[in-house]
Amino acid sequence: MKNLLKKDGAQSFIASIICIILGLLIGFIVLLFINPSGAAEAIITVIKNFLYYPSGAAKMKYLGSTLVKTAPLLMCSLSILFAYKVGLFNIGASGQYTAGTCVALYCALKLGWHWLPCLIIAVIAGAIMGTIVGILKSKFNVNEVISGIMLNWIMLYLCNMVLTSVKETTSPYTYNLAQTNAKAVLPTLGLDKIFSNNQYVGIAIPISIVFAILVYIVLEKTTLGYELKASGFNKHAAKYAGMNGKRNIVLTLAIAGALSALGAGLFFLTGFEQWQCTTSSVPAMGFNGIAAAFLGGLHPIGAIFSSFFIQHITNGGAYVDKTMYCAQISDLISAIIIYLCGFVLFLKMSMAKIASKKKGGEE
Amino acid sequence: MDAPYAIEMLNITKKFPGIIANDNITLQLKKGEIHALLGENGAGKSTLMSVLFGLYQPEEGIIKKDGKEVKINNPNDANALGIGMVHQHFKLVECFSVLDNIILGVESTKHGILQKEEARKKVLELSKKYGLMVDPDALIGSITVGMQQRTEILKMLYRDNEILIFDEPTAVLTPQEIEELMQIMKNLAKEGKSILFISHKLNEIMEVSDRVTVLRKGKYIGTVTTAETNKEELSKMMVGRDVNFHVEKKEQNLGDVVLKVDHLTCASKSHKGKTAINDVSFEVRRGEIVCIAGIDGNGQTELVRAITGLEHKGEGSIELCGEDITSATIRERSLKGMSHIPEDRHRHGLVLDYSLEYNEVLQRYFEPEFKKGIFLNRPAIREYSDKLIDQYDVRSGQGSITIARSMSGGNQQKAIIAREIDKNPELLVAVQPTRGLDVGAIEYIHKQLVAQRDAGKAVLLVSLELDEVLDVPDRILVLYEGEIVGELDPKKTNENELGLYMSGAKRQEA
Amino acid sequence: MTLLLQYTIIFASVLMLVALGGCFSEHSGVINLGLEGIMVLGALGGALVMKFFPADGNGFVLFILTILVAIAFGVIYSSLLAVACINFKADQTIVGTALNMLGTAATTVAVKAMNTKINPDDVSSTVKYVEAKRKFLVNIGNFEFNWFMLVAVICLVASYIILYKTKFGLRLMACGEHPQAADSVGINVYKMRWAGVLISGLLGGLGGIVYITAGVSEWKFENGVAGFGFLALAVMIFGQWKPQRIAIAALIYGFFRALSNVYAGIGFLKALNLPGSLYNMLPYIICLIVLAFTSKQSQAPKAEGIPYDKGSR
Repeated sequence: MKNLLKKDGAQSFIASIICIILGLLIGFIVLLFINPSGAAEAIITVIKNFLYYPSGAAKMKYLGSTLVKTAPLLMCSLSILFAYKVGLFNIGASGQYTAGTCVALYCALKLGWHWLPCLIIAVIAGAIMGTIVGILKSKFNVNEVISGIMLNWIMLYLCNMVLTSVKETTSPYTYNLAQTNAKAVLPTLGLDKIFSNNQYVGIAIPISIVFAILVYIVLEKTTLGYELKASGFNKHAAKYAGMNGKRNIVLTLAIAGALSALGAGLFFLTGFEQWQCTTSSVPAMGFNGIAAAFLGGLHPIGAIFSSFFIQHITNGGAYVDKTMYCAQISDLISAIIIYLCGFVLFLKMSMAKIASKKKGGEE
Repeated sequence: MDAPYAIEMLNITKKFPGIIANDNITLQLKKGEIHALLGENGAGKSTLMSVLFGLYQPEEGIIKKDGKEVKINNPNDANALGIGMVHQHFKLVECFSVLDNIILGVESTKHGILQKEEARKKVLELSKKYGLMVDPDALIGSITVGMQQRTEILKMLYRDNEILIFDEPTAVLTPQEIEELMQIMKNLAKEGKSILFISHKLNEIMEVSDRVTVLRKGKYIGTVTTAETNKEELSKMMVGRDVNFHVEKKEQNLGDVVLKVDHLTCASKSHKGKTAINDVSFEVRRGEIVCIAGIDGNGQTELVRAITGLEHKGEGSIELCGEDITSATIRERSLKGMSHIPEDRHRHGLVLDYSLEYNEVLQRYFEPEFKKGIFLNRPAIREYSDKLIDQYDVRSGQGSITIARSMSGGNQQKAIIAREIDKNPELLVAVQPTRGLDVGAIEYIHKQLVAQRDAGKAVLLVSLELDEVLDVPDRILVLYEGEIVGELDPKKTNENELGLYMSGAKRQEA
Repeated sequence: MTLLLQYTIIFASVLMLVALGGCFSEHSGVINLGLEGIMVLGALGGALVMKFFPADGNGFVLFILTILVAIAFGVIYSSLLAVACINFKADQTIVGTALNMLGTAATTVAVKAMNTKINPDDVSSTVKYVEAKRKFLVNIGNFEFNWFMLVAVICLVASYIILYKTKFGLRLMACGEHPQAADSVGINVYKMRWAGVLISGLLGGLGGIVYITAGVSEWKFENGVAGFGFLALAVMIFGQWKPQRIAIAALIYGFFRALSNVYAGIGFLKALNLPGSLYNMLPYIICLIVLAFTSKQSQAPKAEGIPYDKGSR
């Protein structure tokens, strides 16, 4: 145990588990306040999500649905953790995600493009969004959090404006993707069969996992990652060592933007959801990505699991008894988990202290 | 009834994990005396002061004020006992006025609104009484370091402190300011204040103090009366053996010009619109160590930043081995053969959260030797780092994988020196390479610098320490207010002459 | 045009209140990115009072009560930031962001639970306060004077006096500039930072209720406050952390925000026939441009964002 507590990875894992348990506990207490009679059932429903269905086939199908939404969340969390490792807080992930949505759907629905160019152009759009934040930061000293938030809102209204041209006349939603342009739908590679013919399950999921591994490799194994992380740890030393700090800021945010926007493409090109052209708040995906990134211990592989968990409980929220509770209880739990993630450093330090104390006692 | 001692720290012992910072130390400060506390870095001076201010609680020993035992649990207790301190790094708010800084914490108010008039009167009175001419309405950020220090002194006087502690107060001052400070300290003592003067500069201690207490490696060595001792004895007490800083050097073998600085002028960072370096020209050749000497803040930082490329906004040109590098990037300079041991090893020298091995390739990770395609060649990095650790005797807990943050200052500096020297540079720029290190590490670093010289490299040393300036280099250039005011041969000059140049009292005309 | 003026002033009041809140927090050394969430909580507190206050009750009592509850909600909520960032030295960016998400999520859950309890078919997150809001307004000709405008001016003057003329202000700013210096003269840095954050909660909560009563008579809490907390932070930066300049900055931003509400009523703007989304974007775009030009010489408190640790001197 004492050796385990000394390892950074183990500390992160334990800290995350503590955050999850506390988050669920506080969520449970909130439910108790609202209506004590159904609270226990509701929190179990949130945790169970797709397991709520009795039949195995239905379970698989709804597991598939959770996975479809996990892919974009994972991409957003990768975007945030990649930037965070370089010392930047990419709160603009939501805006980059919106940009990706806007461009991908416009090209698919209006221009009738194939899915691959749609994805590529979405990635480019996201990278441009990231680049804007990067240039504002490196050339004009604008804090990336504030410019990111501003761009989130600008992009939201821009997306509403642009996608209104591919909107159903009778509803605020964009056209159905499969009916309008079937070749823009991402291939399923037969994965849909595994998940009880859930037509939305497809290439997006393996792609996002591949990207998690890629981000890991870039950060840990390449010279680029070495340089970017050095800038994140100590920008003065990075400058002293001849690294180009300004270029690295722009490059990092461009990559982060590309990752978020790819997430949007991977989601909306499944046709699982349409964009609502009267959307009045920034997509939560980018913010939940923050939760997933920190809950995963800021490790790309950890992010795979934490993204799934966050999406799992977010989907689970949809199954709570609506006569008593609302689906946002999941958002509440995610938000509490992020808040608790602020204490991770403290938790890890406490664990290290316990570990060294035990060691001191024995020797 | 009057006890002879204003404050007494008796048999103080303070332990930290793995180290005894203060081992049975006794310090007795008489009323109205100037008492020097002498010791090297790491001798335990600052721990002792932290105990006096209640920041640490000692395991053993007691503190007495006017003969009565007192408990000091936090700085407020110390303040209440009339103990004040001028810290080495001033505790002043830059965007506040002198007056605001003085009254901060002891403000008087009327109906909740600040009343500054009385305070201003008192400050002016004190200022006059002790000869501290400071404008109470000036902003701290706009006045000189000497004036800032006077503000700190006024802060203590305004609070009617009786025991005044000066922590290395002369490190940042010009010679004139030091002279004035000595006078101020004498005035204060004459008015009955008791002064504790922490320093490792023997000249100043000899000039101003009445008695000296010496610490070494956490131990109490002794207390002597200044009039009955001399510098040699004090330095022996401080270091523990006869100090022979003399560095063995081979016969000089001077070669081509490596660094040529031509009519360089740089803007000042801290004072807008002023120049920090003013029309400076000099050369460094193969096989010589050139030392830039001077009091801190005379343009050394800006000169180094311009040469190494960290910052350069100004005029003039810089050449490295005959190539113009005036507007070259840091990396280009590094690749052309410049190495740089930076002044601040934590800020610039190391990525503290990286392992030792990653730090050893900080400027070289992109070279073919250390990468495979886009990937880092980790085995090659490990092998290289192990070699450096072995060769330069860098000690750390876990060898190459040790996180730099967990290493001692001396070993961090050794790691930097290993990296910079092993790059096999044409020019080595070493800025205060021995700052804050113990005697053993200092000797080691001096030997490395000389080895570079003997190997036919050019070395530019920037130093504030007189001993180092006189011992290590082949040539001394004295920098004063951004200009080179003298070129001296260390073999033919002495501390006095050097001091005159450094203080601007003497200059050679070009 | 009167309408434009009226909206400009009320939105400027909101931005100024919240920016002043940010100003207190940052002068103490804590970056409060959670202002958005604090506004939402303040808005909820105020809105609940307005919804449940008896329709025939005294307008003045209602006004005071609304303010007090909004403030209380804001202050209590901001203590979550204070405890994490000051006592546990948590990353101020993460905690601020978490508070923003938590603010929207928690109020949505609370309002929905309340609505569903009152009427099982009502699953909306909307609170209505049409009647109560009317009591805050006085018509001066065409100009609808809102008592909150006066409150904002009082807060501006009070902020100026507190920051520059009192012992508290001097100490607060010392903690944001050089906490070690403050500590060395016996000022409790943790306490001052707590005070700074709680004042930002007070002003942020107040700003929240003013915001949701500014143009409308009901509020859908799922939407939070649409980035207004961040606009306020931009106002604060543009105002260089000084109350008098913040007031001017707030008026400028308030004007652009007001445009999106009233452009349809202004002849030549309507004639341009631009999409409404464009006007919605405008304050954010202006904000980005202005930040690009003003961030270079920032006079931000020097120690902001750095947790203070007594141990490391």
